[in-house]
Amino acid sequence: MIPESYFLFVSALLFGLGVAGIIINRKNLITVLMSIELILLSVNTNFITFSYFLHNTVGQVFVFFILTVAAAEAAIGLAILVILFRERGNIEVDQLNTLRG
Amino acid sequence: MDNLLSITIAVMLLPLAGAIVAGLFGKLIGRTATHSVTIALMGIVFLLSIYLCNQIILKGHPAIDATLYHWVASGPFQWDVAILLDRLSAVMLLVVSFVSLVVHIYSVAYMHDDPGYERFFSYVSLFTFAMITLVLANNFLLLFFGWEGVGLVSYLLIGFWFQKDAATAGGLKAFIANRVGDVGFILAMAVILMVFHSFHYSDVFAAVPAMSNQTMLFGGHVCSVITLICILLLIGAMGKSAQLPLHVWLPESMEGPTPISALIHAATMVTAGIYMIARMSPLFEYSEVALSLILVIGATTCLLMGLVAVVQHDIKRVIAYSTLSQLGYMMVALGASAYDAAIFHLITHAFFKALLFLSAGSVIIALHHEQDMRRMGGLARSMPITYLTFAIGALALAAIPPFSGFYSKDMIIEAVHLSTTSGAHYAYLCVLAGAFLTPLYIFRAFFLIFHGKKKIHGPIYENGWTTLIPLIALAIPSVMIGGVLIYPMLFSTPHLLGDSIFVLPAHQWLLSASASYHGALSMAMTAKASTPFWLALIAIAISWIVNVQHASIGDHLKSVFHRTYAVLVAGFGFDRFNECVWVRGARALGAFFYQVADLKMIDGFFVNGSGRLIRFISNTGRLLQTGFIYHYALVMVIALLFFVGRFLLGF
Repeated sequence: MIPESYFLFVSALLFGLGVAGIIINRKNLITVLMSIELILLSVNTNFITFSYFLHNTVGQVFVFFILTVAAAEAAIGLAILVILFRERGNIEVDQLNTLRG
Repeated sequence: MDNLLSITIAVMLLPLAGAIVAGLFGKLIGRTATHSVTIALMGIVFLLSIYLCNQIILKGHPAIDATLYHWVASGPFQWDVAILLDRLSAVMLLVVSFVSLVVHIYSVAYMHDDPGYERFFSYVSLFTFAMITLVLANNFLLLFFGWEGVGLVSYLLIGFWFQKDAATAGGLKAFIANRVGDVGFILAMAVILMVFHSFHYSDVFAAVPAMSNQTMLFGGHVCSVITLICILLLIGAMGKSAQLPLHVWLPESMEGPTPISALIHAATMVTAGIYMIARMSPLFEYSEVALSLILVIGATTCLLMGLVAVVQHDIKRVIAYSTLSQLGYMMVALGASAYDAAIFHLITHAFFKALLFLSAGSVIIALHHEQDMRRMGGLARSMPITYLTFAIGALALAAIPPFSGFYSKDMIIEAVHLSTTSGAHYAYLCVLAGAFLTPLYIFRAFFLIFHGKKKIHGPIYENGWTTLIPLIALAIPSVMIGGVLIYPMLFSTPHLLGDSIFVLPAHQWLLSASASYHGALSMAMTAKASTPFWLALIAIAISWIVNVQHASIGDHLKSVFHRTYAVLVAGFGFDRFNECVWVRGARALGAFFYQVADLKMIDGFFVNGSGRLIRFISNTGRLLQTGFIYHYALVMVIALLFFVGRFLLGF
């Protein structure tokens, strides 16, 4: 029997990777989208872990919702990305500083 | 009672009505109507004053002390507009209304061509209103109202010809010098309110004997309450009555029209300080220190200003310095506790000084506003009546018997001689010297104007009757009033001023003089035994020799004593001192505050500084706004870590 903490450890690792991917990545906006997906997956992992160990199926139901939202979000994100590429000609994160004050 | 009260109120308010009519509707009703209305009102006021004087003094009606309405009621304090008509204020009322009436009439001719004719009459009536309020007040607050009122009108009238720089500057100088005195007066009122809890004369005076030993802290020093109040009041009187060192404004005030110099700056307003101290005699009697101070200040003013008057060239300035010197005499009399003598001299001085000013004004009109005596001379034949009236004024001022000034001045000198208040010896010497100087300068002016060679070409004509009638009206009391009033003022029991004046038994110096008094006539006859009389004669003789017989002696003396002469011409440097210390000091202080406090501290540090601070914070803050999403994400993560850490570790 794999103990509960192993799952949580993997989940935390995934989350950390996702966050690090957002922060460290300087090049490609697609990587950022992927990192967000990674964070969502880590959350899913957490849900499933607790659902399994606490014998409560609500967590697993929730995972389906999150997957759906994640898919929708990815679709929107990619659509924005395509428009961005058409507008600016590249999708480099370093160039996206229109918010600069 | 009711009847007298309403007459008193009428006396107070009629000049105000005149001022309002002349001031607001003057242009509407025209010149003739303006002066008719104001002169008619002043005539009524004068007649009513005679009636009041008759009732109060001759018929012995008790003093009227009545409240007209409550001005302010604040906590335990109640301040009223209330009047006190007693012997002292009745006498003052008569003098003020008479001189004011005469000046009103005189101004018709003097101001004839002036564009500000209506304004002038409005001011003069307003002045009369303020002066009568001052005289009739029965509490310190109303006294202060009148006090400031006359100060204001004095300012307006000195600067009457406001296109002239000298006139506006003179007005400003008078206003500022008077404010210095007013600080003393306001502080005195504050102390009175603190100690006596009332502004009413009667309350205060009744409580004085019990307070005479009380002390209080003032500026870190323990001092007697009464002395403190008296000295502060004295500072107020020094400002208004132009005593050293606050006298500098009076010569400057001669920039105003001559009738004003006669009314305000000789006969009435400048005597307000004298009147005030006489009115406060129950206070001053209990303060030896204040009395000595009054003696010394009065005597010094009397002597120094008499000296300065000898070297002046402007006819009006000679008379102005003479006024200062005579006010010094009155102060000396007050200091010697001879309040009656001071008021006596005030009355005689009001008449003969107004006479001198108006005569000088008559000369000035005839010479088309020429005031320099060096360019006059030999006017006696062309202007006989002015010549005569000026001579009467000069003789009265020079204290030649039997003219009015002789009696009052002689009594002051006598009182100082007998007084043992400390400083009296010094004062005695000063007033004796003054008795020599007074004839010297006034007869110098007299001889320079009316005798010697005629220096102005072309015919000079005597003025019309509107000018001459006031001169004659003033000349009569200038001759007679001294002899008439000396017995009732000083020697009868009770005195003319009766219980308005309070003198401690130990201070009644003139009591011993009354034993040797055998009537005004015999006093005039025995004048040859008195020192001041001979001093006066010698002075007149000297000024005849120097100014008429041998004019070269004057120039010779001038070159021998050129240094003394320069000091005298500079008026002992009071103006220079004020200019250097106060004016430049105030400017330097102002510049310092402007440069450091205003520009650097308020503008630089607070106003611009807060703007700069915000800009600095914003500029630093905007470095955080890189626009890179990953920076924002990092900040979020760091914050998250911080709060999670805080939650877990509990710090």
